[in-house]
Amino acid sequence: MTIYIFDGSFDGMLSAVFDSFARKENVDILQTSEAPLPLFYDTLHEVATDNEKASRVWRKFRKTVSKGASSALTAAFLTDSADFPLHALRFISRAVTSTSTIENDFSDPSVLAVLKEVRRVRGEAHRLLQFVRFQKAADGTYFAMTEPMFDVLPMAVNHFVDRFSDQPFILYDGCRDYGYHYDGTETRRITLSETQGRITSSGKLTADIADKSERLYQDLWRTYFKAIAITERTNPRKQRQDMPVRYWKYLTEMNE
Amino acid sequence: MCKYLTFYRVNFVAIFKSTPMTEATLAKLKILAAAAKYDVSCSSSGTVRKNDGKGVGNTVGGVGICHSFAADGRCIALLKVMLTNYCMYDCAYCINRRSNDIPRATLSVSEVVDITMEFYRRNYIEGLFLSSGVVRNPDYTMERLARIAKDLREIHRFNGYIHLKSIPGASRELVNEAGRYADRMSVNIEIPGEQSLKYLAPEKDHKSVYEPMGYIRQGVLQYKEDKKHMLHVPRFVPAGQSTQMIVGASPDTDRDILLTSSALYSMPTMRRVYYSGYVSVNEYDTRLPALKQPPLVRENRLYQADWLMRFYHFKAEEITDPASPNLDLEVDPKMGWALRHPEAFPVDINRAPYEMILRVPGIGVKSAALIVNARKYRHLNSAHLKKIGVAMNRAKYFITCGELASATIADLSPEYVRRQLLNRTSRKENPLQLSFDFS
Repeated sequence: MTIYIFDGSFDGMLSAVFDSFARKENVDILQTSEAPLPLFYDTLHEVATDNEKASRVWRKFRKTVSKGASSALTAAFLTDSADFPLHALRFISRAVTSTSTIENDFSDPSVLAVLKEVRRVRGEAHRLLQFVRFQKAADGTYFAMTEPMFDVLPMAVNHFVDRFSDQPFILYDGCRDYGYHYDGTETRRITLSETQGRITSSGKLTADIADKSERLYQDLWRTYFKAIAITERTNPRKQRQDMPVRYWKYLTEMNE
Repeated sequence: MCKYLTFYRVNFVAIFKSTPMTEATLAKLKILAAAAKYDVSCSSSGTVRKNDGKGVGNTVGGVGICHSFAADGRCIALLKVMLTNYCMYDCAYCINRRSNDIPRATLSVSEVVDITMEFYRRNYIEGLFLSSGVVRNPDYTMERLARIAKDLREIHRFNGYIHLKSIPGASRELVNEAGRYADRMSVNIEIPGEQSLKYLAPEKDHKSVYEPMGYIRQGVLQYKEDKKHMLHVPRFVPAGQSTQMIVGASPDTDRDILLTSSALYSMPTMRRVYYSGYVSVNEYDTRLPALKQPPLVRENRLYQADWLMRFYHFKAEEITDPASPNLDLEVDPKMGWALRHPEAFPVDINRAPYEMILRVPGIGVKSAALIVNARKYRHLNSAHLKKIGVAMNRAKYFITCGELASATIADLSPEYVRRQLLNRTSRKENPLQLSFDFS
């Protein structure tokens, strides 16, 4: 059994692909150094992340698959599934050695894994577009707090910049403690300081920093949300299925 | 026309004057959202509009974005509201009928525009779905709806989604005016059979419904034609039109409903037909059936049948039999078709054309596409199918994949397969698991 240890990054995984070709080895386990090692194994190789090697692999890979497949792989890599890096490694290895395209071979476990994970990650990015709620601050900036399962803020922020191009906003990831600030012209990655951080714990703007009309519009939205439901058709299961409970924390309509 | 103009002048003063948002607005929104809730359509899909950099909003196209889900599990993508719930008509199935004694309200134009913009900026909604009771006459009402869409687009530079109801009986000029600003327009048929419609809604007939539909269709076709010759043509209802039928308020069978839908889908601009299980809102009216519960299962089966027509290459005539014109409530319509046509099965997963694979119960559009792609690489077996996401508990009776064959519907009888599928114990209730009653 051959085990490769890598740093968990995308470039690290690409370097592992490079090393497996250089060392002529079939990788059985690709894991980070934190994960415990199995009791028995033959070879253990620590992959040093090397940008040069990584970009060589990536360039070759990009030539062998379609644009859609390469972007799917990068998106899928954001998943939390521990065995995905190995699937990614096998996907790339097979793509670069195969004479014809392999990206549609859905009976191959690695190809199927890329498809499944990219669905999960893009689904999470889509839920960000659905369930982010902005609150207007007194200075006219709109603030939204969110806690996505994966690090998908970069995939979603352009949607909001295009949509709210005349409205300064902050979109903040409470789990990973960073966010994006759009000031009306450009977008910057920011981290809120400790003093500003008091809003991050609750995600709600307090009355002193919120816009005067904020409360009214929140009330209007809650009223609307209650009025639009048909009582005879109440179906909490369907509601939870489509709007997972983990999002409710920052949803205006689910909080008083 | 002159006669209408004087009416407009008088009323626009009251309607268009800016009113501050207050608690009164809150009460009005409550009434008018509740009045609009029986309209099913809430999709925000079908059109892509980029933000031009000067305004607010974009429309993403593709699948659309649902921003919330109400307690009844239905998606909230648009601010679905009526401009007013006063109505001059007395349709038996409608909560807002003239003879109902309910609180009535009217939102001013500035209120609708203001709520839409502020909700949109907070990412509560994708846009506006505006409907209205018919006040004074259809044209008068239509004019006001068009006016709001125009204000949003031209004064507030709103690029989000706008869905407008076309009022039955409205004139072509006003539909054309509204179509320039709306993404989608809809006219509800409500009752599929004309006889039933006349019985339940004496002031309406099919002509008043199909005429505005025709105006929308002609507008879209005109736009497509103009586009060939001219560089800049204002867009016209880019997301097409939709309509809705009430299920269970009239004696129309599922076959009638599906044939009507199929005829509507053959119209080039018709994108969606919605089905709305009838909720007994006017219990006192003896022309309507007294239902304790809305017919939710029947509604679900109709949606499944609708999907079969739109994505599974089924024809409306195939989905139900003339002998039994209603859908089977116990099994889904695709399974129903398979059980009535055992001669079409088993399907060879590795050889059959895509259209036939789509007809196998347990295989959806996604899995079917994966199967026809994957089988180019190797012979697929049932383990592959399971991984791909095929529901094998249903599919196993209808396929062969070159393994040691298990019994398919050709060997068993349709009745046996049906019994097996209905008796299937759910995963939660494992018959092997001992359980004790401690109470």
